[in-house]
Amino acid sequence: MIVRILGEGQYDLSDDAVSALNDLDAKVESAIEAGDEATFREALAALLDGVRTAGVPHDPESLDSSELILPMADATLAEVTDMLSGDGLIPG
Amino acid sequence: MSMWQRISLIFRSKANKALDRAEDPRETLDYSYQRQLDLLAQVRRGVADVATSRKRVELQVNQLQAQSDKLQGQAEQAITANREDLAREALTRKSGLTSQIADLKTQQAQLQGEEEKLTLAQQRLSAKVESFRTRKETIKATYTAAEAQTKINEAMSGIGEEMGDVGMAIQRAEDKTAQMQARAGAIDELIASGALDDASSLNNGDDISRELEAMSSHSEVEAELARLKGGSTPQAIEGGQDSSGILEGEPQAQGQASGESKEAP
Repeated sequence: MIVRILGEGQYDLSDDAVSALNDLDAKVESAIEAGDEATFREALAALLDGVRTAGVPHDPESLDSSELILPMADATLAEVTDMLSGDGLIPG
Repeated sequence: MSMWQRISLIFRSKANKALDRAEDPRETLDYSYQRQLDLLAQVRRGVADVATSRKRVELQVNQLQAQSDKLQGQAEQAITANREDLAREALTRKSGLTSQIADLKTQQAQLQGEEEKLTLAQQRLSAKVESFRTRKETIKATYTAAEAQTKINEAMSGIGEEMGDVGMAIQRAEDKTAQMQARAGAIDELIASGALDDASSLNNGDDISRELEAMSSHSEVEAELARLKGGSTPQAIEGGQDSSGILEGEPQAQGQASGESKEAP
């Protein structure tokens, strides 16, 4: 599975690795729902670390699209909420 | 991972919509390629802009550091001359500078980080644009409608995602740089006004003095003043005795000498 971390590029992850990251992902989601910025930052950092550790960088010259797109490491809760609402994601 | 799938879907559909303008698929390829080159140029400008801002902040750090060293020297001189009021003023100004310098160094590190991120984004996009160009020529050469459309869609969604990502990175870097530019401008004005420069212009301009007071930490100034006084008081006393000895001695010597010269004729 190809996963993109915004601002960093694409990683190849095995399906097993992706399911192993589900716990971390659930923490991020619940922090977003609770509107808890500090927990969100911590959980997002852990999730992205998990992707970087378990994944290998995808061939930079490929034109493959990602199956999953994760926010950039320094994203704020507000930015991610914006992404989910579909506004302001891509400039222009 | 439903939330991320939602984000991915929104991201991709927006990215594709932005590129899906032309009727003829081959025109779409050319149009997209042009957009990619535009974006690459934009990233290069972005890297240059961030580098310029970083260099400006570095220059300010050096200027403020030089002024801080100068004020430290002035405070030491003032203590030696038993001018605690001047020493306090110099240290107050220095304390304001110290927090500014720390602040600027944080900004400098942030700009460095943005510059590195954008440089990497430029490399990633560059690799993908080159792939796209090759793919585009192949698709156009072997053009048969149905097959081409599939290949075009594949190439477009991959590049569209990258472009969306890079576009966001540029936007974020620009926002951060703009914030810092405003603060850097304020510091340049403060430097140009000479307000931070010289403690000997004591109480020159009350607004500036008040601003400097507000910027500095009072307890920090008092602690450093006490330290300076502790360190240099014995020297000051010795120096004072020596100099008063010289000052008292010289007129007498001159008086004697002139007296002798008067008696001589």
